[in-house]
Amino acid sequence: MAILNNRLTTEQYEHNFSDIHPPFETREAALVEANRCLFCYDAPCTKSCPTSINIPKFIKQITTDNLKGSAYTILDANIMGGGCSKVCPVEKLCEGACVYNLLDEPPIPIARLQRYSTEKAIAQKWPLFQRKPSTGKKVAVVGAGPAGLSCAHVLSREGVDVTIYEKESKGGGLMTYGIAAYKVTPQFCEDEVNFITSLGGITINYGQELGRNLTLADLQATYDAVYLGIGVGVARHLAIPGEELEGVEDAIRFIYDIREKGYPSVPVGDKVAVIGLGMTAIDAATQAKRLGAKEVTIVYRRTQAEMPSTEVELNLAKLDGCNIIWLASPKEVLGENGRVTQLVCQIMELGVPDTSGRRSPVETGETITLDVDMVIKAAGQIPYEDLVNTNHLTNWSGKLAINDNCETNIPGVFAGGDCVNGGKEVVDAVQAGKDGALAILHFIKSERVQE
Amino acid sequence: MADLSTNFLGIQSPNPYWLASAPPTDKKYNVLRAFEAGWGGVVWKTLGSQVKNVSSRYSAVDYNGSRVMGLNNIELISDRPLAINLREIAECVREFPDRAMVVSLMADNTREKWHELIAQVEDTGAHGLELNFGCPHGMTERGMGAAVGQDPDIAKMVVEWVMEKATIPVITKLTPNVHSVVPTGRASVEGGTNALSLINTIQSVTGVDLDTFVPNPYVAGKSVYGGYCGPAVKPIALKMLTTIAQDPVTSRVPISGIGGVSTWKDAAEFMLLGATSVQVCTAVMKHGFRIIDDLCDGLNNWMDEKGFKTIYDFIGKSVPTITHWEDLDINYHIVANINQDKCIHCGLCYIACEDTSHQAINLTYGKPYNTYSIIENECVGCNLCKLVCPVDGCITMVEQRKGDEYLNWKEFQRRGLPLNDH
Repeated sequence: MAILNNRLTTEQYEHNFSDIHPPFETREAALVEANRCLFCYDAPCTKSCPTSINIPKFIKQITTDNLKGSAYTILDANIMGGGCSKVCPVEKLCEGACVYNLLDEPPIPIARLQRYSTEKAIAQKWPLFQRKPSTGKKVAVVGAGPAGLSCAHVLSREGVDVTIYEKESKGGGLMTYGIAAYKVTPQFCEDEVNFITSLGGITINYGQELGRNLTLADLQATYDAVYLGIGVGVARHLAIPGEELEGVEDAIRFIYDIREKGYPSVPVGDKVAVIGLGMTAIDAATQAKRLGAKEVTIVYRRTQAEMPSTEVELNLAKLDGCNIIWLASPKEVLGENGRVTQLVCQIMELGVPDTSGRRSPVETGETITLDVDMVIKAAGQIPYEDLVNTNHLTNWSGKLAINDNCETNIPGVFAGGDCVNGGKEVVDAVQAGKDGALAILHFIKSERVQE
Repeated sequence: MADLSTNFLGIQSPNPYWLASAPPTDKKYNVLRAFEAGWGGVVWKTLGSQVKNVSSRYSAVDYNGSRVMGLNNIELISDRPLAINLREIAECVREFPDRAMVVSLMADNTREKWHELIAQVEDTGAHGLELNFGCPHGMTERGMGAAVGQDPDIAKMVVEWVMEKATIPVITKLTPNVHSVVPTGRASVEGGTNALSLINTIQSVTGVDLDTFVPNPYVAGKSVYGGYCGPAVKPIALKMLTTIAQDPVTSRVPISGIGGVSTWKDAAEFMLLGATSVQVCTAVMKHGFRIIDDLCDGLNNWMDEKGFKTIYDFIGKSVPTITHWEDLDINYHIVANINQDKCIHCGLCYIACEDTSHQAINLTYGKPYNTYSIIENECVGCNLCKLVCPVDGCITMVEQRKGDEYLNWKEFQRRGLPLNDH
């Protein structure tokens, strides 16, 4: 057993990482589905979208060949509507609420239709949005992820000059760095960021990290308001013996490398265990398999009823040939010569419900041992607790505390997205960015009145 | 198995389905294919003086992804030499003697020309003639087609000329491009026609190309009004058919129904409203002759279900049920009922009623699914919610009579009963 890169041929890599949800090839194909839409009133799909995209409207606009209008409807509500059409777990959001489900008919492929409209808008750089004249107000946004970009776009449309500070070399945040490559390509992520900034009034300064070469105090001094969309950090520690062994990997790092370094460069084990069963765990497990791992086993301490991943995602992993061990919690990583050789898991059973309402797993005392050479940690991500504490920002175990106006305990400093909620979908972060922008606009306005 | 065979003034056909006078019936090749497929008869595409057709000729109206809801054409009568048409008609009659062969005619406007053409056609062995008084384009400018059908006096005169000569049954085809088909229908019957057929196509512009700004169909930068047909015109055809079926003069002769017949259900409806045979064109132009199988099979099964042994058991059965508005029963009242088990919460009933009708549906907010219920006191029983509901049987209209007795508007007024107060 060994952790190796370059396991496959170029063709195999290309095949394994090609788009999992192919777009509509033709207008006719899109129209067949668009025409199925019933054009519901007060539509359940729209109500189930965190950004409240008017879905029946944009689909109707596809049927009338008003593709620009359709793209505007989507992007006005969700400026990352292009990326969301590829990465959203729509089966539990819009498509899951489609009334066709109640007729036991396939729901409208909303994501695919959304992609049909937005991909053209982004590829052809349609100037759908115009900025209002500059108000002279300046806002700093920390983090060019979905929350930050969404916030910046709303602010800039209202004439605010926005500067985004981003620690990485590319924008997009987890959309660019944290999602399986077969869902959304790096090139698309770049195009999407460029589409957002093409509005004007948004400058992104890359390689700027809060706490490293940037301070909150400086930003407060220079700008009328600050928005923190800094996301969450590395994968949660397992806090078990052997975690330091060579071969224990962070899922976020693993996915990041796949997207940044190219598929052949990323090493993967023969036998891989993935800890956790959220979206990131699925992305890590499936991509480990697609990089050429012989055996991938997902280890989850609860049952399918409690898993954060959707069934569609779980099926993705199953179809890729990943094994799943339910009710197993990692106890110890064993190794030889500093390298992982085995993972010992506690067998669990479900006890009483915890604060999340889910029944908590309780140790049974029995264990199983898996022969593995790589362990990928994907049991949630840790917020930047030290960073926020250093800046005297009130937080809950690192998750920023904000009031109803999206404002932190420091006046003029707003926050939203994963750094507040601890890690949700891209679409949730986009909505948080919109909410933050509106709060900032209100803040700037009342500040002006005070002046 | 019900008996579909049809006897139209002695013109026999194994089923009531004839192909209408149109491009599908303009030559032997097509007609033989139609007969082989099982069509009961054809009306051969109109013969008359020599014409030349243009390109393009058709345009269509699509609706929500469905192609050719309506079709429009600017084709003229047959542009093939008369001699060839006559020879081929004779050959078709010989090969399929059991099928109806009716020939559509539009002679130049003289008695001699009509007599000459009738004699030539009768020599082919054809079983009937159909007078084309309906073509709305191209021929009207020459004083033919709809120009004849739109003037009852001219129509009567031409029918009289024809009847002087014809020895086989004559069907006069009526144009819908009039405010009522009855005057020309009566004039034709008074002129002696043996039967009527309707409707011909309706003058139309199907649309304008939003890039070239030229309406469809496009002919070298120009267009002309075309004749509209297909499923879109069926309701108009049914109404005109009913007026002919109800009129004391025109109802004396058999009717061949035309206008958007695509399925056996359409055919049954035409026949219930008075048609003895039906003519089909657009549906075969879209799907080919193979649709005859289900046209016959579906009608047969329906007739068996209803206990009709022959088509004559139900022809005209619905004609008396179309009455005058003043005779409708005002005491009849229905209200909508939403079956909550079937409701899929699309809200289409609600928004239709709320925005455009009587605000008789209540919305109870839910995430993601609202609940909709009928406010019975506000419901006027208009059917709109039921019509827009995408689920069969979810919304039903429940009878809640306002009174036991039959009460029409005239009686209502006579008694001075109260009108609406809102």
